[in-house]
Amino acid sequence: MSDEQQFTISTFYNFVNEKRLMAAKCSACGNVILPPKPMCTQCLSTDLNWIELECSGKLVSYTVIHVAPEQFQSLAPYIVGIVEFKNGLRLPGMINDVHFEDVKIGMDLKLCFGTSTSSQWPSWSRYFFRPV
Amino acid sequence: MAGKPLVSIVSAGLSKFGRREGTMCRELFAEATKESFDRCSNLDPIKDIEALFVGHMGESYEHQGHTGPTLADWTGLLPKPAIRIESACASSGSALRTGIMAILSGLHKIVMVGGVEKMTHRTTAEVTEYLAMASDMPFEQWNGITFPGLYALMATAHMNKYGTTEEQMAQVAIKNHHNGTLNPKAHMQKEITLEKAMNSKVVAWPLKLYDCSLITDGASCLILTRPNIAKKYTDTPVDIIGSGQASDTIGLYERETLTSLKAAKIAGQNAYNMAGLKPKDVNVAEVHDCFTIAELLAYEDLGFCSSGEGGKMIQQGTTELGGKLPVNTSGGLKSKGHPVGATGTAQAYEIYLQLTNQAQNRQVEGATIGLTHNVGGSGATASVHIYRRN
Repeated sequence: MSDEQQFTISTFYNFVNEKRLMAAKCSACGNVILPPKPMCTQCLSTDLNWIELECSGKLVSYTVIHVAPEQFQSLAPYIVGIVEFKNGLRLPGMINDVHFEDVKIGMDLKLCFGTSTSSQWPSWSRYFFRPV
Repeated sequence: MAGKPLVSIVSAGLSKFGRREGTMCRELFAEATKESFDRCSNLDPIKDIEALFVGHMGESYEHQGHTGPTLADWTGLLPKPAIRIESACASSGSALRTGIMAILSGLHKIVMVGGVEKMTHRTTAEVTEYLAMASDMPFEQWNGITFPGLYALMATAHMNKYGTTEEQMAQVAIKNHHNGTLNPKAHMQKEITLEKAMNSKVVAWPLKLYDCSLITDGASCLILTRPNIAKKYTDTPVDIIGSGQASDTIGLYERETLTSLKAAKIAGQNAYNMAGLKPKDVNVAEVHDCFTIAELLAYEDLGFCSSGEGGKMIQQGTTELGGKLPVNTSGGLKSKGHPVGATGTAQAYEIYLQLTNQAQNRQVEGATIGLTHNVGGSGATASVHIYRRN
């Protein structure tokens, strides 16, 4: 089975590395699943396909992390939020290139693609959000 | 049949909560169990207790897994079966429910349930990282979102939707710190002011230091029996008459709403139905105030007030000692402290004291019905129990 036929987090991040935002779509009931899961959580079908999502979305909620885990301490304080895409699916992520005072719930954000940062597990590529 | 006792609590124990330098989980748990043994002279723990179910969240703190038998060993309970239950901060709420199931199954007549965590010997950065393990790794942890960060996302959404204010959240901290001064086992024994809370260091905006529960060491336990034998061991058993537990997505971002914990709503509803009671019947409650916003969400999710009214409820004083429904008389996670694995059964310990008139200067007069609300992670687990004075 090729990687792309596996509906895993790892495959999702392989797509991120290719600068594509992908979700799983259930062929049986039409449910779109993000993050992808190997089985549709609504109808339990494993008949899934990848679909590409538009990277634009709106901010649902946000915070500014001041006390960070060790790995992120050099970035603190940093803004993170939950972003909703057009079809109602959501992802969390950092919001870059914006001042805290200018962040507003409902603002338009765009998912941008970073790169892989580690040779150890997990070597997933990064994504983040920025104002349109 | 609604309102039928599921099990009876015949004894309970709680270690001193705080910075317990030089101790390990096993020693803290022994301290809690010793109190429960001493409270119940008719019980022969070595002979009578048939199994141990213990909540413990993280191996990382002490580099020690396999907690069940370790704790059984340190409390004289070998060779009884001893099982660790992990549901993040709801670990011992889950252990309590597991103990109830063990008795209701008919397999056991008397079991101990409890929980423990030793946290303060680690740096804040380490604790932040270990606690974050209870959130979604590939999207939340991966993006640097901490536990305070997750509850901050809920707080921002609640403020935006309902107009809840940072001052209202600070009121939760002020109330719980006051209650903590009345609890000799609480980690913190000091009052705080609105000014101090509002000016404390930002952890994850809008949550500040005084919106966060404490990193604490501690242990808690309960001894449960079949209801029909409880009076053999104590004149004042407390019956558990409702138990509800529910699960939700590990990722906060996948939830239908950020302004309510669906798992807590379902767990609460199931517990009320089992008990044959309504929110207005509750006289005293211990709710999971891991962050101040979480206590306001609990008021709403448990039906103590309607959606969006949590901020008003704290302002009106309803949940203070002397109010209509005192909440977190122990000081809550905010002031008593939050040794994560110990919290669920520590909440039950406080309700046990309240319903047996042993809560001293924080006693809620005439309390007959109590409730505990224990949440794991950002709400992927919720466990609600309802108690009645026998």
